[in-house]
Amino acid sequence: MASAAGDRLNVVPSRMTLTQIKGRLAGANKGHSMLKKKSDALTVRLRSILKQVLEKKNLTGDVCREALISLAVAKYIVGEDFKLHIMENVDKSSLKVSFHSENIAGVTIPVFEKVSVDDDGTEYYGESVKDISGNGVSKEISEGLSNKFHSYVSLSGLSKGGQQIATCGENFRKAADTLISLAELQTSFTLLDEAVKITNRRVNALENVVIPRLENTVAYIISELDELEREEFFRLKLVQNWKERESKNAQQLREQLERTRQGFSSFEMDSYETKERLVEGLASNDDSDIIF
Amino acid sequence: MQSQTKTKRTKLLSVIGDEDTVCGFLLAGIGEVNQHKESNYFVVKKDTPVSAIEETFKRFTSSEDIAVVIINQHVAEKIRDLVYSYRAPIPAVLEIPSKDQPYDLSQDSTVKRVRQMLGLGA
Repeated sequence: MASAAGDRLNVVPSRMTLTQIKGRLAGANKGHSMLKKKSDALTVRLRSILKQVLEKKNLTGDVCREALISLAVAKYIVGEDFKLHIMENVDKSSLKVSFHSENIAGVTIPVFEKVSVDDDGTEYYGESVKDISGNGVSKEISEGLSNKFHSYVSLSGLSKGGQQIATCGENFRKAADTLISLAELQTSFTLLDEAVKITNRRVNALENVVIPRLENTVAYIISELDELEREEFFRLKLVQNWKERESKNAQQLREQLERTRQGFSSFEMDSYETKERLVEGLASNDDSDIIF
Repeated sequence: MQSQTKTKRTKLLSVIGDEDTVCGFLLAGIGEVNQHKESNYFVVKKDTPVSAIEETFKRFTSSEDIAVVIINQHVAEKIRDLVYSYRAPIPAVLEIPSKDQPYDLSQDSTVKRVRQMLGLGA
């Protein structure tokens, strides 16, 4: 790996540290493989969501256009003033969103759900937004907008303005449904994107920094232990040599001493002989002059 | 791999857009005005200053009660930088077409990111 070769942990090289570091290295390898799996799982999910987001985005354009057309029709039939009326009379929302969360490989993703609120405050949890798949709406669109417009206009003479407004509201509710499901996808997309990035960063950090560093540390400890062993061996050898030399020296010294001692005793012998000779000489002295 | 936990929190949708769009969604029943007289919708007219749109966008995106911010594309175009730099998952910002402006899907901030990730070019 491309990390700095000398990069290692600052540890005391000993057998115990070696076991510890090896344990950590095994852990890091395991974590790496697991994170890799997680990243793959998230990526698969993200890919499928990406496609859905694009589809939904396209669909949204159509749904919104239809809603706006029905609004235009309502305006044409009822008159502009009903807008003001609507804007003035806003109090409590009757269309809300609730969440529950879904867990994908450890990433929490909210699932949006439409909630209709009654006038008396009771909440109806609508069918999960997922169930209102695009098919239903797009089928209606495919019936043809011109056809729809025809039916709107054909009712215009019959003073059914209220119905037009109701239809308009219905269409906008549909648009809101689609938008809620799109929002869900978009939220999942953002969250998963972030999660994939973080996971990949961790995978890379383990692969390129943590694991090489631990491997370097293991190599360092092993080399250091070997070095110590060699040093120990060398020291032993040195001591052995020294001892040998010492014993040889001692031997020599002893021999020398022995030799000296032998020399000395021979000298003693000499002096003894001399003395003896001296005594003998004395004894055999026949000097006749000395007579008491 | 999947588990579900149900939490009952309801949040609002909010709209920033021209009069017709806002009106339509109000008709669908998403509008709400709270005790402080703050509404979850904002009508952008021709003479609405950009700073006001920015302020509203910031207020909506930082609000605890809002789950989805629906914004007309031509309005989003005016505060494009702000929309691009907004990356938080909730509330989700959705760009929708408006009545009198052509809808260009490739300008959408999410679509741009998605296309980039799929390698279809920015």
